[in-house]
Amino acid sequence: MRLHTPGVTPSSLPWRVGAPAGAVALLLAAAACGGGGDAETAGQGSLTIWSDPERAEVLEPFAAEFGEANGVEVKVEALPADDLQGDFVTAHGAGSGPDIVVGAHDWIGNLVQNGAIDPVRLPEGAEAGYDPAAIDAVTYQDQVYGVPYAMESLLLLRNTELAPDAPATMEELVETGKALQEDGKAKEALALQVGQTGDPFHLQPLYTSAGGYLFGTDDDGDPDPSDLGVGTDASVEAMERIAGLGEKGEGVLKRSIDADNAPSLFEGGDVPYYVTGPWALAGAEDAGIDYAVSPVPGFEGAGQAAPFLGVQAFFVAAGGENKVLAEEFVVNGVGAPELASALYEADPRPPALIEVSETYQESDPDLAAMREAAEQAVPMPVIPEMSAVWDPFGKAQAAVIGGEDPASAVAAAEKAVSEQIG
Amino acid sequence: MATEKTPPPLPGGGLAPRGSLAGHLVKAVLLALSAGVAAWAAWPLYETRNWAGLGLVAAVTGVVWWVYLSKRRVPAKYLLPGVLLLIAFQVVPVVYTVAASATNHGDGHRGTKEEAIARIEASSVTRTADGREFTLTIAAEGGSPSGELVFLLTDEDGAVYAGDAEGLTPLPGARTGPTGRVLGADGYTPLTAAQANGRGAEVAELAVPAGDGAGIRAQGLSAAYEGRAARAYDAGCDCITDSATGAVYTADDEHGVFATEDGERLSQGWRVGVGADNYARLAADPGIASAFFSILGWNTVFAAGTTLGVFVLGLAVALALHTPDRLRGGTLYRLLLVLPYAMPAFAMMLLWRDMFNADFGLVNRLLGTDVDWLGGAGTARAVALTVNIWLGFPYMFLICTGALQAIPRELVQAARLDGAGAWQAFRQVTLPLLMVAVAPVLIATFAFNFNNFNAIWLTTKGGPFPSDSPTAGYTDLLITYTYRLAFGGQGAEYGYAAAVSVLIFLIVTLISFTGLRKSASLEEVNR
Repeated sequence: MRLHTPGVTPSSLPWRVGAPAGAVALLLAAAACGGGGDAETAGQGSLTIWSDPERAEVLEPFAAEFGEANGVEVKVEALPADDLQGDFVTAHGAGSGPDIVVGAHDWIGNLVQNGAIDPVRLPEGAEAGYDPAAIDAVTYQDQVYGVPYAMESLLLLRNTELAPDAPATMEELVETGKALQEDGKAKEALALQVGQTGDPFHLQPLYTSAGGYLFGTDDDGDPDPSDLGVGTDASVEAMERIAGLGEKGEGVLKRSIDADNAPSLFEGGDVPYYVTGPWALAGAEDAGIDYAVSPVPGFEGAGQAAPFLGVQAFFVAAGGENKVLAEEFVVNGVGAPELASALYEADPRPPALIEVSETYQESDPDLAAMREAAEQAVPMPVIPEMSAVWDPFGKAQAAVIGGEDPASAVAAAEKAVSEQIG
Repeated sequence: MATEKTPPPLPGGGLAPRGSLAGHLVKAVLLALSAGVAAWAAWPLYETRNWAGLGLVAAVTGVVWWVYLSKRRVPAKYLLPGVLLLIAFQVVPVVYTVAASATNHGDGHRGTKEEAIARIEASSVTRTADGREFTLTIAAEGGSPSGELVFLLTDEDGAVYAGDAEGLTPLPGARTGPTGRVLGADGYTPLTAAQANGRGAEVAELAVPAGDGAGIRAQGLSAAYEGRAARAYDAGCDCITDSATGAVYTADDEHGVFATEDGERLSQGWRVGVGADNYARLAADPGIASAFFSILGWNTVFAAGTTLGVFVLGLAVALALHTPDRLRGGTLYRLLLVLPYAMPAFAMMLLWRDMFNADFGLVNRLLGTDVDWLGGAGTARAVALTVNIWLGFPYMFLICTGALQAIPRELVQAARLDGAGAWQAFRQVTLPLLMVAVAPVLIATFAFNFNNFNAIWLTTKGGPFPSDSPTAGYTDLLITYTYRLAFGGQGAEYGYAAAVSVLIFLIVTLISFTGLRKSASLEEVNR
């Protein structure tokens, strides 16, 4: 049964349609209860995979093939990507979840604390076939919790018509960008989504280059929740440097640029540089922009810009009815180069399998550049405490970019994060 | 007065048994449907041995049949559906929320203690240092696939073993395939994938002893590894011991976690009752104490401002179109006016948000201004109100149009004949009559907008935020503020969120109750 918290869960339903919707909900609830009746027969051999719609389409033929080879039925269900993690945890609690879920590695901390996934043991030989950073990302508390298939990190997309050369530093980027702006060739120098509430994910390369960090690392190499980097002197200095690019500084970082208008700025040819991820390449291609990919540059004379590395992986549900099949599919099916190739062709993010990555690298210059950008990336922290950072720290960043004092904004964020972590 | 009178026939008697054939049929179908729904709901409840749930289904169905099969109990026939729906969708959620507010339910504390223990043990199985790996065939002993479960294992050197709960026994005569995987052996029946999956629980259970506490476990259908569970639960001390580090995690049933003496916790916890802890936390939070009243103030202004705004605007437009003479293109005006109401509100809100963008927004371009609409406290509040009023006034326009048409024109004409001006006639005659119909709607509008999560979340997200407080923004309503509080931290904290909901529920109840009493007195005046 889904657990609702009336009054807190945002509902898009106006109150006027509450009653009819309620009647439908009653029927659905009854249907959900009724679903339990299939459990025993399902145990004989049917596997359910949850994934976002884009990947579901690619998985379909492989799932069918796996099903045929093993004499079982495999269902791939597409769910909205935004709610996938929450839906999975809720369904797990209700005992009606899938056997396999496809998602990002930074879910692991939350999924483990909710007992929703089990570790997988890749054969030792197989583990060596994956990019070490990908394996590192899916490892939590000394266990590998998912089988990775793709990696993504922020990169710098540039319009080669406006900016033919990749900038080596942020200063160089600002100089070229502002010159183009003054010549009237570009509306903005840089599209980096900040929005009214900030975006620590997209600012991470600049923040790390300027010397900031979010969590330190413990002896195992895992992020250490007791060592919070937000609020340290280094973080204030980093934010001061970012403020220099903000609305009261160079004016290349703006709160008015957000997730919605950043892509259209680049696709419209209005901006020479765009800090984004592999997911934006298709849009730029469709818009007919001549683009090139390079790593996000750092500040001059400062550290390397280290964006977050996100790893897409397959997880085995702890509460699944068909764990034997799920483990088999994840360990042997997902490891097949054919699936990784198909997933890459559907959505070009660097494959986690080294073999596949190298095959495509020759024919696809973007991939080589994406891999180069990913080399500097550091896996996004898996620990559940990370979720306490996004919102307050994002707002501090938005305030700093808007021209507020970095020290007090960072201190307020630190206080809010510490209170949440407890 | 003493004469016995038969009560007048109540409406709806047509559905009683003496009614028409169609009535009989409808009734029979509906009752059969209720029995069908009951059977549908009962089966899974029976399967999970949920006797309380089963009893409830039986009781509700019994009451439905008892009421509708009788010729009497006519009032109950009308009341029952509404009462059942009221209980299901109003009372139960409220009771559930109150109950949830007394638990620590949320991420990390969702399941039972047994589930937490199972997951802690399962997650602690690691490959032994020089762990062997095997190619696996899951098989059953004897000639039938339902025999005792056995792992047929081929090690790296090609040696074949049969492994069961007793340990490994060499199996020299097995037939193996090109990868070394066992295809068949005398005395064993290899299981198909579906068969092995059907016995998944047994497969997961089986750890073939490999000495020194290690076991050979299956990983899928075709591989096995030698591993050891580092953590084990001991019911005697109600604790979990980590054999690798020697740490002892004792169960803390008050907080639903396993923790060592120096406070190190295992991440998997379970759900426990915490009494009034969530409310105490709410009261003790220094952020809430300082932010609560300023947010409550703006929240009230937002709800009252929206209500007033949509009413004044809606009424003004309704009056303008409510002329005795037929207005040319009146239908077109009405259609255009209802448009904002007919469009999906969430899309409109996002659109408005983009129109108020400081650098790329339509508003600044049209006006030729350079206002940071969403970045300033006052302007952001004005934007939130404007958008919400724009979205809400067509509804009030419809209500007012209907109410105006119900007021006889003669009344206003009479007032005008008696020498009242247009304003006076409106103020003294039309408005009071209008208020009788509209006041309850205004109260509902107020209560709805008091909790209008979307209107804020999709436009300003509660922002802008003062640089010294990232938790309480200038346009935050109580509902958006507390949503961030309950879900912004380490995942979802349903228990805490429920406590906050109960608080907001009380505030809105109080406001609505006062408002409804006021509107009742309004009706008295006009009687």
